[in-house]
Amino acid sequence: MMTTEESARALQLTPDGQLRHFLTLDGLDQSLLTQILDTADSFIEVGERRIKKVPLLRGRTVVNLFFESSTRTRSTFELAAKRLSADVLNLDISTSATSKGESLSDTLLNLEAMASDMFVVRHSRSGAPHFIAESVTPGVAIINAGDGRHAHPTQAMLDMLTIRQHKQRFDGLKVAIVGDILHSRVARSQIRALNTLGAEEVRVIGPSTLLPRDVESLGCRVEYDLKAGLKDIDVIIMLRLQRERMEGALLPSEREFYKVYGLNTDKLAYAKPDAIVMHPGPINRGVEIESAVADGPQSVILNQVTNGIAIRMAVMSMAMSGQLAQRAATEAEARV
Amino acid sequence: MSAENPMIRIENARLLDPVSGKETQASVLVENGRISGIGAAADQATPDQIVDAAGAVLSPGFIDLYCNLREPGNGQKGSIATETRAAAKGGYTTVCAAPDSSPVNDSTAITHLILDVAERDSAIRVLPLGAATKGLAGEHLSDMVGLTTAGCVALSNGSAPLVNARVLRRCMAYARTFNVALMLQPQNRSLAADGFAHDGLITTRLGLMGIPEVAETAAVMEMILLAEETGVRLHLSQLSSARSVTMIAEAQQRGVSVTADVAIHHLLFTEAALAGFDSRFHVQPPLRSEADRLGLIEGVRTGVVSAIVSQHQPHDPAAKRAPLGDSEPGLSTIESVLSLGLMLVERDEMSLSQLLRALTVGPASVLGLSEPAIEVGAAADFCLIDPRAEWQPSEAALLSIGKHAPVLNQPLKGGVVSTWCEGRQVFPAKAS
Repeated sequence: MMTTEESARALQLTPDGQLRHFLTLDGLDQSLLTQILDTADSFIEVGERRIKKVPLLRGRTVVNLFFESSTRTRSTFELAAKRLSADVLNLDISTSATSKGESLSDTLLNLEAMASDMFVVRHSRSGAPHFIAESVTPGVAIINAGDGRHAHPTQAMLDMLTIRQHKQRFDGLKVAIVGDILHSRVARSQIRALNTLGAEEVRVIGPSTLLPRDVESLGCRVEYDLKAGLKDIDVIIMLRLQRERMEGALLPSEREFYKVYGLNTDKLAYAKPDAIVMHPGPINRGVEIESAVADGPQSVILNQVTNGIAIRMAVMSMAMSGQLAQRAATEAEARV
Repeated sequence: MSAENPMIRIENARLLDPVSGKETQASVLVENGRISGIGAAADQATPDQIVDAAGAVLSPGFIDLYCNLREPGNGQKGSIATETRAAAKGGYTTVCAAPDSSPVNDSTAITHLILDVAERDSAIRVLPLGAATKGLAGEHLSDMVGLTTAGCVALSNGSAPLVNARVLRRCMAYARTFNVALMLQPQNRSLAADGFAHDGLITTRLGLMGIPEVAETAAVMEMILLAEETGVRLHLSQLSSARSVTMIAEAQQRGVSVTADVAIHHLLFTEAALAGFDSRFHVQPPLRSEADRLGLIEGVRTGVVSAIVSQHQPHDPAAKRAPLGDSEPGLSTIESVLSLGLMLVERDEMSLSQLLRALTVGPASVLGLSEPAIEVGAAADFCLIDPRAEWQPSEAALLSIGKHAPVLNQPLKGGVVSTWCEGRQVFPAKAS
């Protein structure tokens, strides 16, 4: 029986170690993550040109398959695909097929008939992109744009790019992730990325009700107190708090959450003076973060958005080239 | 069942007594559906047919306390005909049919229907489990006396938790009045909520909705206390946690009438089976930690857990072809139970006689049936096992409509050579 690592590696990489799907950061090593960051760096320059296009995905069809609605993530994926010269089809499945009772595998069969080269998938079920990657025709790349509570690997990588731009390195870095870890696919992918890239310490800070069981097993330390938890921290990542958490008796109120775990100027002072503040967005001002901090000099929240396009271009072009290499190898084998 | 009854002699088999663990080699003579001679008496007879069973172990036929036959109502997932054939291949001569058919087996009409179809389509014995509450909804008691008179061997809540403790208590008290055994799957619904995997390392890693261990142990404790108070014969079905075994052992020691079983897959697999989001291993209750697996095995070894069940849940392929959390729970196990159990024997996790006891004598005692044994006068319900035979569960090899076996397209060691029910060979099926 394969471990999470082994099965993630087998599914995402070609036999010679190239990326062919991007579903999770599990099973991907430091050199591959660094390669993604370096590739993204080279695409940042494209965004600064007058003509913001490169022909890497020319003639390819990318389908944005969003089973859960999202404006920002979908737009940056769309922009990234267009900057790579791909044809883009946006499908908001949350309001169409599946609500008519069509199963995910039937939806897929229909979409495959359109000869797509890549699916960018967001789904409310953890593991849905894995399921799709296992069931699609070989040669089609799957990019995970967020699945359930499992993973949001492009978000985590754009966060890593942002950290690298500001801190230049990962070794020696101490990073705190604050808030609702339990429901957060972003946090799971960030913890993974930070461990793989060699960060010295990852701390998760939040109440027990918002921490998954045995969360330390992911490679982090738990702190319940925000001020104590921010000591010596270089990077603070605030997570978005969903309103429905109050319904499930996980939290008493937004007000109490803000009082205990909200980041304001006073609490920020407990971190290192040059600490940066990040947030995957959209932010809830006055719930998890004070406006003065969100808009303050230590905030890098808007850099994250810019980096999102570059990271998605990097991942899409790498996965496509992995798939093409594999298609070529399969065809060569068939000829022999 | 057919009237013709040839006299058959099984030669050279190793007879294993699951109770004493004693093994002898002798011939067994079968006549009129019963064992009519063993050893010298069998050797002197002149049978119509001789079966050479050299190298095989002859065990009483297996008895399954919990098997989904999917009839009536779910023909796309299985039928009494297909699933009892699969069971016979697994060495079973008796299976208890889970009450969550469609409609639910909560009326004598459905019980009669199941028994009539079984009489027509099944070569092995089918014992229906009645629903303890109407529609398995946990609100109104079912006609327990009517159901048991019609042929239900026990009453069960199927896979639907009994949410209301007052209904549970009254259910037990009423069942106690008529000495009806209750088979309950312990799970606290509000703690399990919308979870579908063990709340532990894998759910944390993969972001799956967890069912904490306490969802089971809290229910086990509640049920034990209520059983102690009401005096009902309680059987706890399909345990998943080691802690439950400890609690049941304590209750048994202080004289509470409580027995338990575990599904075969909980003895072999853990939460790690979900590492690649494999929807086959979406089962209820969920596969838990390695410590739980070892605790459950210990329960079988000591007899605190008296039976191993198949919890066979055949499905059509579409039911499993979905992201983990959207797939339907259950494995297609019944053809693999013995081979999987022999893996435990091979690894020295339990002995062959402990395994066979939990597949024969243990479940018989839960149902109050006479103790299965290979002895003169006993019903000729038995199977021949070749512990060295290799076979490969595959879509083609599996007789069940459910092709989602726990080990698939990989070789398994040890298989059933033939199964005999009331002196008739039911597997391999003879061409008619």
